Amino acid sequence: MIQGSWRIVRLGLKSLMLHKLRSSLTTAGILFGVASVIAMLAVGEGAKIEALERFRDMGVTNLIARSKKPAESLSNSQQSAWMPIGYGLQFEEADLIAASLPDATVIRIREIKKNMQRGENFRSSIVVGTEADFLEVANMRVREGRWLSNVDNERLANVCVLGATLSRLLFPLENPMGQTILVGDDDRYRVVGVLAEQGRTAGAGSTPYDECMFIPINTSNRRFGVILTNRSGGSFSRERVELHEVKVKMPDSTTVPAGAKILRDLVERQHKDKNDVLVTVPLELLKQEEESKRMFNIVLAVIASISLLVGGIGIMNVMLATVTERTREIGIRRALGAKRKHIIQQFLVESGVLSALGGVVGVALGIVLPFLITIWFDQKTIILPHHVGLAFGISAAVGVVFGIYPAWRAANMDPVDALRHE
Amino acid sequence: MTEREIIAEFVDVHRHYTMGDNIVRALNGVSMQVARGDYLTIMGRSGSGKSTMLNLLGCLDRPTSGEYRVGNRDVSRLSDDALSDVRGREIGFIFQSFNLIPQLTVLENLEVPLFYQNRVGAESRKKAEYLADRVGLGQRLEHKPLELSGGQQQRVAIARALMNDPLFLLADEATGNLDSNTEAEILDLFDDLRSDGVTIVMVTHNPAVAERADRTLWLKDGEVEKLIENTRQTATVAAGDAAGEQA
Ligand SMILES: Nc1ncnc2c1ncn2[C@@H]1O[C@H](COP(=O)(O)OP(=O)(O)O)[C@@H](O)[C@H]1O
Ligand SMILES: [Mg+2]
Repeated sequence: MIQGSWRIVRLGLKSLMLHKLRSSLTTAGILFGVASVIAMLAVGEGAKIEALERFRDMGVTNLIARSKKPAESLSNSQQSAWMPIGYGLQFEEADLIAASLPDATVIRIREIKKNMQRGENFRSSIVVGTEADFLEVANMRVREGRWLSNVDNERLANVCVLGATLSRLLFPLENPMGQTILVGDDDRYRVVGVLAEQGRTAGAGSTPYDECMFIPINTSNRRFGVILTNRSGGSFSRERVELHEVKVKMPDSTTVPAGAKILRDLVERQHKDKNDVLVTVPLELLKQEEESKRMFNIVLAVIASISLLVGGIGIMNVMLATVTERTREIGIRRALGAKRKHIIQQFLVESGVLSALGGVVGVALGIVLPFLITIWFDQKTIILPHHVGLAFGISAAVGVVFGIYPAWRAANMDPVDALRHE
Repeated sequence: MTEREIIAEFVDVHRHYTMGDNIVRALNGVSMQVARGDYLTIMGRSGSGKSTMLNLLGCLDRPTSGEYRVGNRDVSRLSDDALSDVRGREIGFIFQSFNLIPQLTVLENLEVPLFYQNRVGAESRKKAEYLADRVGLGQRLEHKPLELSGGQQQRVAIARALMNDPLFLLADEATGNLDSNTEAEILDLFDDLRSDGVTIVMVTHNPAVAERADRTLWLKDGEVEKLIENTRQTATVAAGDAAGEQA
């Protein structure tokens, strides 16, 4: 049986070798179909993993409420630069959120832009006022020293923890631990810890946490107050902001939707009209991403099906020509004892082999393409073995499916007519 | 002659073709018998029904009415698959245009009939080598048909027809495409086979070919016109007969 099958496959190869150019051209459709399927799946998979990592950085069990300057206040600010514009989350709200979500970890964040100086080294960056649970919620690690504690907050301690990049900039040569940094004109903070590099592009607004300084939130309130003065270029503005962000970490992803609803309800009560607080739910974004990925997959599947369909029609066309050309051979085989099923088998194997040959080359091309895409377009790609298997399997199946009709025609020829065929 | 086993028999066989409103009676009530060891030629004018008769004898076609027996079995109403089996096991075909499969080697061509009976293997290879030797082509097993002369191709075809140890050989103008020297060689080969007890039924236009046979069946308008015993061959018939019983 095995030997017989191998014989049929070899026979198929031999017959295809009779028309090398024609066979190669025919397989081109399948070849590019298979290659594009693999490449597109690899790009899709890469994009999916990238998105996944991005949202995982934000924390898939987190909810984020962030204060934002309401749009209409921009025009107001012109006429009354000295009247502070009040907006955003308030301390009381954070307490309410914590009380409404007893199973969640709620942390408050203040972000204040300040000049920082250490000896000759100078930097303007964000001072993040926050609390002990921040580290866990933001999923960060301490590289050296320690993180801010509850005691620091209670005592309004003048201590700070540095992001990895900021630490490098302010202390290019020394060990920062235990050293003091001048913030603004006259505040000094002692460094108690340095964070491990996080490598994300966003954190405190658009400033990565790696570039931030972290101090106890109570210290931030006491030192900087809630009226913030911004000087940028010649313009000047004052804002009243209590909290810039509240992060909520839900116990697990199943509780996220309910938590998100509670948080949104609370926020809407205060901020619906002013539109000065934005709630972000990374899990929802992830789901949206997956949804759009699904659309992308459908489009991809349609393109792949079309190219394979075209490839299949090419194969059918060639197989019909082959059957006509080899009518005499079919007659001979029938005279020598071949049943219809043998003829069907022979031509199905031949079209399957033809298609699978295209599939093999297509797989090779499909594995090379994603590497080129990664190099040229800086797009992450991931080739999954089962995608390759799937693409190859489809190519062989296309050959067999589109070979059915030609094979059926071959098998149903009248042996006498077939033998008479010139 | 009468005591010999009948291996193929037509009983009032008709084969009619319907062409629109016309009915073409290609065969119109033919009865005949082929005995083991027979060397029978079929002759007749063009359109007399020779090819039709050969197709029926070869189980490539079914009679419109009447009975065709191969061995002791009525095959006139068999299914397509069953007819394939009869062809594969009981009949050896030799065609005017050789009909080897061009992309296969000589050896592979020889193995085709056994392939469809799942009998390909070491044994079929041995048999192919033996028969290639028998027809004088032992050194050409790995050649492709187009690398051989017409006479050599027809030798391969004859060897192929013998691969399944058929009840009888059916030859359609087997020497029609050959020059006279080669024709003589092939006819000598048929004589050899016949003396080994192989049964041969051959359609021919050439009276010289018919002379070598035991009997000649003349067809006319789809009917048997006459059946001529070739007396000159009687001695050889007896000899062939004896060989046939030994085999
Ligand atoms: N497939 C067919 N359809 C219709 N008529 C046919 C067919 N085959 C043969 N005939 C007719 O049957 C008759 C006998 O043909 P054939 O057996 O080929 O004669 P021969 O081989 O003796 O020349 C002829 O009249 C021929 O036209
Ligand atoms: Mg004819």
